[in-house]
Amino acid sequence: MPDDLKGVAARGRDKKAEAGQDVDLNQYSRQGGDWAYDEQYQGFDAAERSHLLKAGIELTDEEHAATFFQADRAVMHCKVSQPGVEVLPITEALARYEWLTDYYWRLVAPDSDKYTAQTALDLDNGYFIRALPGAKIAYPVETCLYIRTEGLAQHVHNIVIAEPESELNVITGCTTHPGVKAGLHLGISEFYVKAGARVNFTMVHNWGSDIHVRPRSAILVEEKGTFISNYILLKPVKSVQMDPLVRLTGTGAVTTLQSIVVAHPDTELDLGSRVYLEAPQTRAEVIARSVTTGGKSISRGHLVGKFPDVKAHLECQGLILSETGIIHAIPELSGEVAGVEMSHEAAVGKIAQEEIEYLMARGLDEDEAASTIVRGFLSIKIEGLPLALEEEIERTIREARKGL
Amino acid sequence: MLQIEDLWVTIEDKEVLKGINLKIQTGETHILFGKNGSGKSTLLMTLMGFARYKVVQGRILFKGTDITQMPTYERARLGLGLAFQRPPTIRGVKTLDLLQVCSGKGRPAAEALAFDYDFENFLEREINYGFSGGEIKKSELLQLLAQDPALVLLDEPESGVDLENLQMVGEIIRRLLQKERRRADRDKSGLIITHTGFILNYLNADKGHVMCDGQIACHGIPREILEHIKEQGYEECVRCLTISKE
Ligand SMILES: Nc1ncnc2c1ncn2[C@@H]1O[C@H](COP(=O)(O)OP(=O)(O)OP(=O)(O)O)[C@@H](O)[C@H]1O
Ligand SMILES: [Mg+2]
Repeated sequence: MPDDLKGVAARGRDKKAEAGQDVDLNQYSRQGGDWAYDEQYQGFDAAERSHLLKAGIELTDEEHAATFFQADRAVMHCKVSQPGVEVLPITEALARYEWLTDYYWRLVAPDSDKYTAQTALDLDNGYFIRALPGAKIAYPVETCLYIRTEGLAQHVHNIVIAEPESELNVITGCTTHPGVKAGLHLGISEFYVKAGARVNFTMVHNWGSDIHVRPRSAILVEEKGTFISNYILLKPVKSVQMDPLVRLTGTGAVTTLQSIVVAHPDTELDLGSRVYLEAPQTRAEVIARSVTTGGKSISRGHLVGKFPDVKAHLECQGLILSETGIIHAIPELSGEVAGVEMSHEAAVGKIAQEEIEYLMARGLDEDEAASTIVRGFLSIKIEGLPLALEEEIERTIREARKGL
Repeated sequence: MLQIEDLWVTIEDKEVLKGINLKIQTGETHILFGKNGSGKSTLLMTLMGFARYKVVQGRILFKGTDITQMPTYERARLGLGLAFQRPPTIRGVKTLDLLQVCSGKGRPAAEALAFDYDFENFLEREINYGFSGGEIKKSELLQLLAQDPALVLLDEPESGVDLENLQMVGEIIRRLLQKERRRADRDKSGLIITHTGFILNYLNADKGHVMCDGQIACHGIPREILEHIKEQGYEECVRCLTISKE
């Protein structure tokens, strides 16, 4: 990395993030396992495989346009199976392509906070994905960021580029080894959706109960580009704080950001979505649904209309399923010019008795009725999810209802 | 089939039903009239056992069993079915899922019903979300067809339905109440709330009642009652009730 970037990053070294509890970086080890490259995915036993599957990671190259697997600091697998898409470890891509510096740290500033600074100064790896101009990649690119060693801090930087008129589906599973309790994940992600391109990004977080997670993402969408993001977090985690920024800079650029999250007891979530509508006819829809079974969930959303003739809607909904959980919805709209059309709706509460009774009148008992409603609440339409993951989502929701 | 004895009901401490007595025999269809806010929906909601409706006195017998304290889903399983006046929206749950919940073993299949009544386009939609008034009514009735209850409770099934669909609503209700069978062969009963009485053009009802301020003011032949209300309004009923009290 160029020295000037390091210099900038160094300035942010001690800067606390604006939100989320502060994490002491010195508490974590930087010694990951020395995992060897694994062409055939042979180094995973049954328990580990089924655990990975819960984050949507299938450990197969079949029916994937490409796969990328990073355990701790090491890339264990990286393979492209279909034409039109390029996938490399980011360190390799940076060495190979000089032009990549035009994309590296261009949307996220290295001195944003201590987490970006730390990642800039001491990078492990990450993925570089590029859909070539006009390429319609049917199968998803599947990537996994995996913490396999207790107490590790993982520093990741990802770049996704969808060249003009390309189509790309990415499914990312972020998870920890079943035996790992504590850890820290820092992940920078920069997305470039160029003219007429379409990116569908699904991220599943399935961390351990004592893991802190600080993703830092930004997305640039150019003329008539589409960026769709789905975020799913259903399992216990210590804390996740992120506030990705989508900038719609080209005429007619569109984004849809959906998230479904569950805050378990002792979990602290602070999740936001910011969209800047900076060009004519840009559109944004943000749908955030959170459930608490005892944890705290802050759900932020901020739409900024910087151009007339833009449309955006923000929906924050929270369902409280326990006596102690907290959901804090903070929807914000800023119109910086006349002629913007932006709206939001926020609702936080427990399951409506009226809905439960409606289903009971059709023969479901109270528990069945409540789980049906929670399931509906957390259902978002996501195309191309592996069946196993869909089943896992179902199961998680059923479990979440128990013990309430 | 249904016997209501001296039923007193409060909603959030407000007395709404004040001593209802009503008996519906197997195979009979009864019509319930009454002005807005008189307590008609409250009666049906109470029959289904919803928590907000507190029975403070009296009891409800269904097929000889006292169901006054029974949870809603057990009443549904026992054979009570209600088409709501204003059902809630349930986000994220498909209408098809709900229809499948309704159609248990040996009952009409959800898809077949949707096909019969031109409702297929709604199966993938979220329950009642964005449905028009008429679509909601149709959805409610199809749920009941799938549920196939012994006692059919309909809360204004025709309100908001256009003339063309009215025909279909009429047909569905006839089917629910086995109107094609001879009276003696019917094993379903119905209690239908209506303001317009349109429904009387599609089926013969056995008895009519007028609800008035939480009490049933008069009983009679449905068509005659309807004519009466059309001519004299509900004021007459109020007067009538006052007289009968004295
Ligand atoms: N939660 C509540 N709190 C107070 N009063 C209530 C509540 N729910 C219903 N009521 C009152 O109970 C009375 C009976 O209402 P109900 O819905 O049974 O009337 P209805 O006869 O069905 O009227 P409509 O013909 O308009 O449907 C009304 O005065 C209504 O305002
Ligand atoms: Mg009513």
